[in-house]
Amino acid sequence: MTRPTPETLAHTARRARAAADPSVDVDPAAARGAATPAVPAVRPTASAQVSGAGSLVRSLEALEVDVVFGIPGGAILPAYDPLYDSTVRHILVRHEQGAGHAATGYAQATGKVGVCIATSGPGATNLVTPIADAYMDSVAMVAITGQVASPLIGTDGFQEADIQGITLPITKHNFLVQNAEEIPRVLAEAFHLASTGRPGPVLVDIPKDVLQAPTTFNWPPTLDLPGYRPTLHPHGKQIREAARLMAGARRPVLYVGGGVLKAGATDGLRRLAELTGIPVVTTLMALGAFPDSHQQHLGMPGMHGTVAAVYGLQKADLIVALGARFDDRVTGKLDSFAPDATVVHADIDPAEIGKNRHVDVPIVGDAKHVIDELIAAVTVERSAGRSTDLGDWWTQLDDLRNRYPLGYDEPSDGTLSPQYVIKRLGEIVGPDAIFVAGVGQHQMWASQFISYEKPYTWLNSGGLGTMGYAVPAAMGAKVGKPDTVVWAVDGDGCFQMTNQELATCALEGIPVKIAVINNGNLGMVRQWQTLFYNERYSNTELGTHKHRIPDFVKLAEALGCVGLRCENADDVDKTIAAAMEINDAPVVIDFVVGKDAMVWPMVAAGTSNDEIMFARGVRPTFDEDDI
Amino acid sequence: MTMHTLSVLVENKPGVLARVSGLFSRRGFNIDSLAVGETENPDVSRITIVVNAESSPLEQVTKQLNKLVNVLKIVELDPQVSVARELLLVKVRADRSARSQVLETVNLFRARVVDVAPDTLTIEATGTPDKLDALLRDLEAFGIKEMVQSGLVAIGRGSRSITAGPALRAA
Repeated sequence: MTRPTPETLAHTARRARAAADPSVDVDPAAARGAATPAVPAVRPTASAQVSGAGSLVRSLEALEVDVVFGIPGGAILPAYDPLYDSTVRHILVRHEQGAGHAATGYAQATGKVGVCIATSGPGATNLVTPIADAYMDSVAMVAITGQVASPLIGTDGFQEADIQGITLPITKHNFLVQNAEEIPRVLAEAFHLASTGRPGPVLVDIPKDVLQAPTTFNWPPTLDLPGYRPTLHPHGKQIREAARLMAGARRPVLYVGGGVLKAGATDGLRRLAELTGIPVVTTLMALGAFPDSHQQHLGMPGMHGTVAAVYGLQKADLIVALGARFDDRVTGKLDSFAPDATVVHADIDPAEIGKNRHVDVPIVGDAKHVIDELIAAVTVERSAGRSTDLGDWWTQLDDLRNRYPLGYDEPSDGTLSPQYVIKRLGEIVGPDAIFVAGVGQHQMWASQFISYEKPYTWLNSGGLGTMGYAVPAAMGAKVGKPDTVVWAVDGDGCFQMTNQELATCALEGIPVKIAVINNGNLGMVRQWQTLFYNERYSNTELGTHKHRIPDFVKLAEALGCVGLRCENADDVDKTIAAAMEINDAPVVIDFVVGKDAMVWPMVAAGTSNDEIMFARGVRPTFDEDDI
Repeated sequence: MTMHTLSVLVENKPGVLARVSGLFSRRGFNIDSLAVGETENPDVSRITIVVNAESSPLEQVTKQLNKLVNVLKIVELDPQVSVARELLLVKVRADRSARSQVLETVNLFRARVVDVAPDTLTIEATGTPDKLDALLRDLEAFGIKEMVQSGLVAIGRGSRSITAGPALRAA
């Protein structure tokens, strides 16, 4: 086994300075919360003669950025000179997509703004996928791109791309900096926009001549955002109405989305749930917001959710949505979703309210404030003797939980079960680790068979469904939380999209662990071909089994990682244990698993949640009279 | 489907029009008419958009517009209590035999002749879309060689101003 020496000598001095920064590993709950504007960091007023590039790097330092992920190139090159001496650590990735997802992973794990840097043209367009990903999942990210010099803009200059135009629909906002004096203000505005209200990616495009121009760096700048006023505090009347409905409902459900994590509202959520006794479902973006092991947790709703969570929402008479957006993967066929439910919808983004589902009580506000005020209002209701006994509702839900628990059948062909591997991984590694998934079957199994007990321990690409997210996002998470064990659970398809970042991890001393759930196929697509395309497996076999191309163990070693392989159930525990022993290098385990395992339960795309299948050909029986 | 007139106050910055119009097409709306210009505050531009939509999708697009960082305020103008005008320039065939009849129509609609050529007249008219449609129907008989129309601009009646407000003054 090779133990590559991280090529960190050149960085050591700068990192030592960065390590003196107490903000390197902050408590996520403290860093989170849209109520706390993250910028501008209060620093003594500073003024200095610098280049635009110098102003950019000084701004990043003033904003307390400890790490950026990027790749230099022609147009952004001026910025890399002052970066060389900066306290900001730059991690040189192998592909800009890796920089973008790493920034996202960093942001999701720490609650701070993730930063990525690329050059103009192809560098910038390579960021498009992670920017779109961050937009769909509301991740606080700032992307900084070089642009061709101002006189060349619009001339089809070398490496020119209109990245501001390209990212218009996938950013919360974007900037094309016109002159160097604007740089501190634009950076401060970008960080403020990215991290407050509904978080999202912000792109700052800076032409090369602007980076080169002499300017004065002044800090702190004054933000000029007259059109940006996110509503954090909910309307008291709406809160009281929601509390009144919660006190009177017979079949209520708390439908919890990623906004609760973004707002740092998980403690409040638990208090609200325990105060009211209302069942909780957490979406794919919210896993960890409420402990999986909690008696009131029904699991994840949606296409591959638990039967109890899907039916809970479907039969509810009151849905209280907190920081969730009624995504099609949750609602199934929209017009048959939760037909009898009155809906309370709380979200910081007014445009989400009523977008998909008619709302009876709209609440605009940050989830933390909403939940805190709901607790107070519900307490008033209860002290006035108004609450409903939920015993019958729980009896029905418990019956469903008992009859239709999450589970899987062992493969009949003697192959290793992917669900078993993932389940054991969760059990052995424990609830303190961060799990980062790619997209597909392995992602769904990782959401189902690992128990998430703590917030910010589950990272994945929910909205965009970006294959290739896991390796670079895990890298970013590990950089942000160096003392936490970070596991990527990836598929063999996903892994082949972005594994080049393992070279970055090996050289930069970022010991992530990757469990490749290798079934030799694009598994989720294959599952749909099995179910909906008469088992015609068009272009889903990858050859990672049949031809062992690539050989993931050799690939891992070539990338400076430790490569391990596990092909049968008896070796699962000891292979995971061996990986846990290695802390000075990234580890890749090639789990060679069977290709026929499927993700269940399943609500087929476009069908009603009432049509949920517990397993192939097995519909849950549900006595309508019970409800 | 009904016509809605939206007055959108935006920061007067490059690219804002693209953000606004892009949002409409992205969300599947056809803009019937769009006009943009500075307001009494040079930092603020006013975009008047006429859109044909049901009220529920219109509410969604208004909320999405409000999320644009450069958008300061959106007001839907009620046609009952607002004044709306378009500008029309039209080049009409008008040789000596037809000229007096064309001029009669021009006078009837309180329009103006802004250019004269041996066989054409160019006419300028402002008014509500209905009035301009009526004028055009009348002129069609003579032969319309070319025409150009502005987007609709509209303003509320009475002394109240939608541009008065702390956020807008700050801009």
